[in-house]
Amino acid sequence: MKRIPWTLVVFAVAFFVPWLGSRFYTFIATDVAILALFALSLNLLLGYTGLVSFGHAAYFGIGAYTSAIMMKTLGLPFWLAWPAAGLAGGLFALVFGFFCVRLTKIYFAMLTLAFAQIVWAVCFKWNDVTGGEQGMPNVPYPSLGWMAAIPGLDGFRVGDRFYLLTLTLVAIAVAALRRIVASPFGRILTLIRENPERAEFIGIDVRRYQLAAFSIAGIFAGLAGSLFGIFNRGVFPDFAYWTKSAEVLIMTILGGMGHFWGPAVGAAALTILNLQITAYTEYWPLILGSILILLLFAFPGGLVGTTVDLARRLRGGTRGNGGRDARRP
Amino acid sequence: MLDVRDLKKSFAGFLAVADVTFSLLPRSVTAIIGPNGAGKSTLFNLITGHIPPSGGQVFHKGTDITAAAPHRICRRGIGRSFQHTNIFPGLTVFECIQAAFIAHHGRGRNIWGRAERLYRAETDALLGRLGLADKADAVAGALSHGNQKQIELGIALASDPDILLLDEPTAGMSAVETRETIGLLRSITEERGLTLLFTEHDMEVVFGIAERIGVLHQGRLIALGTPDQIRADPEVRRIYLGGH
Repeated sequence: MKRIPWTLVVFAVAFFVPWLGSRFYTFIATDVAILALFALSLNLLLGYTGLVSFGHAAYFGIGAYTSAIMMKTLGLPFWLAWPAAGLAGGLFALVFGFFCVRLTKIYFAMLTLAFAQIVWAVCFKWNDVTGGEQGMPNVPYPSLGWMAAIPGLDGFRVGDRFYLLTLTLVAIAVAALRRIVASPFGRILTLIRENPERAEFIGIDVRRYQLAAFSIAGIFAGLAGSLFGIFNRGVFPDFAYWTKSAEVLIMTILGGMGHFWGPAVGAAALTILNLQITAYTEYWPLILGSILILLLFAFPGGLVGTTVDLARRLRGGTRGNGGRDARRP
Repeated sequence: MLDVRDLKKSFAGFLAVADVTFSLLPRSVTAIIGPNGAGKSTLFNLITGHIPPSGGQVFHKGTDITAAAPHRICRRGIGRSFQHTNIFPGLTVFECIQAAFIAHHGRGRNIWGRAERLYRAETDALLGRLGLADKADAVAGALSHGNQKQIELGIALASDPDILLLDEPTAGMSAVETRETIGLLRSITEERGLTLLFTEHDMEVVFGIAERIGVLHQGRLIALGTPDQIRADPEVRRIYLGGH
């Protein structure tokens, strides 16, 4: 039996969401696509390099502010602002990461958190540039008038058009990320995750690779942040707050950090759960906490890890390794 | 090849390695023996840069490599294995060895190529040499202790070292596995012209393959010589071999 190219199927189906004609569905799909990219960028650290970052929202926020400032304050076009957001995320990650990779384990995590809180504080206080506590509302949409020229898209609302743009850009970014984790560089990262001491003694400069991974993760987080700011019709200090870092961490673990697509599934699951449950109860954090506890004990490989394991077992395969299988599609 | 001069390490006042001096000639096979806690592993960690010495120097081919970063020392051609098996447990056996080749050839900077296509032939050849060909697709961490030791040897050999430091290469192995491993070590050392420095508990192994033996006792190198000299050394007999 030939393998079904699930990735393509999912993207193809996602592409047709605007044709459902529901503003709400398009809204959720945009949200999921952006957060999926954000979570996948974190997993380069968490699942592939074995680095736990508690401050990944910093680079998301930096990306969001960079593109918002360029597009709103400076009036520059989106096609300049989007790459610039990735670049800014990557550069800040390079600078902060330089210090972070000097520490290990919990100290590393705490330092990433500290830098993220600094970013948040700057966004919160630097009124002239970031709008301070009020943030920057009314970030303009990219000009998407050209889409009207494409047959079939002429009747679409701007939200639908932005969704199609977002989906395309996220698909490109994710494809790049996928390529990176399958590269020799990506393989070295898994060695560091598995055993940094041994990695060092086959000639790997562990810190340098960790820093490279940290910067690359920052680039993709910045790209996601840029899209999120536009989608959200404004950027706010909350984007860089520690709760945002926790949220993306939860998505990644929920979906399963041992699998490339795990964090994307986690992003979708958490977003949809959030919407569903908040419609019925105000105790969303309570429900979320319960789900997490259940998950950590019952499904340590996350949603995807557990599913993959189960599928393998049903097919009669003998080997299940708890989803610690970050290298395979 | 490797010169160790007055190497010293103290941990909070306790002298783990005290003024150890020795040299390794190219293509020589040297064993370091000594009771538990004699400082064997510490000595290895000092040579390979895992812990900084409190004093003394290490030279490799005349260059001072004292306290250099482990990855730099490895890149100079010094390979090592660890006493406690130290592999990449979540990868397959094939991937462990392949990744070691990728690292050794400095291909890790490539973020756009395909890792799985690299060094397949080299990896297969080395796995065959180690007798691990049939286990190539097994997850390394799930294999027996003896197999993991072999994988570790493979990881060290993939970086094509000229000096190999093995910390208890047969620890925890069955008698059969020990014999196989020693046979393998001997032939690979000869084929590749390696300089070998190893620690070992098993005296049969030590006296079987070592050309020179150093005896470490309470951090001091109390004797260094041929197996016959060591066997005849009264002090070694008294404190270590116990009239063996």
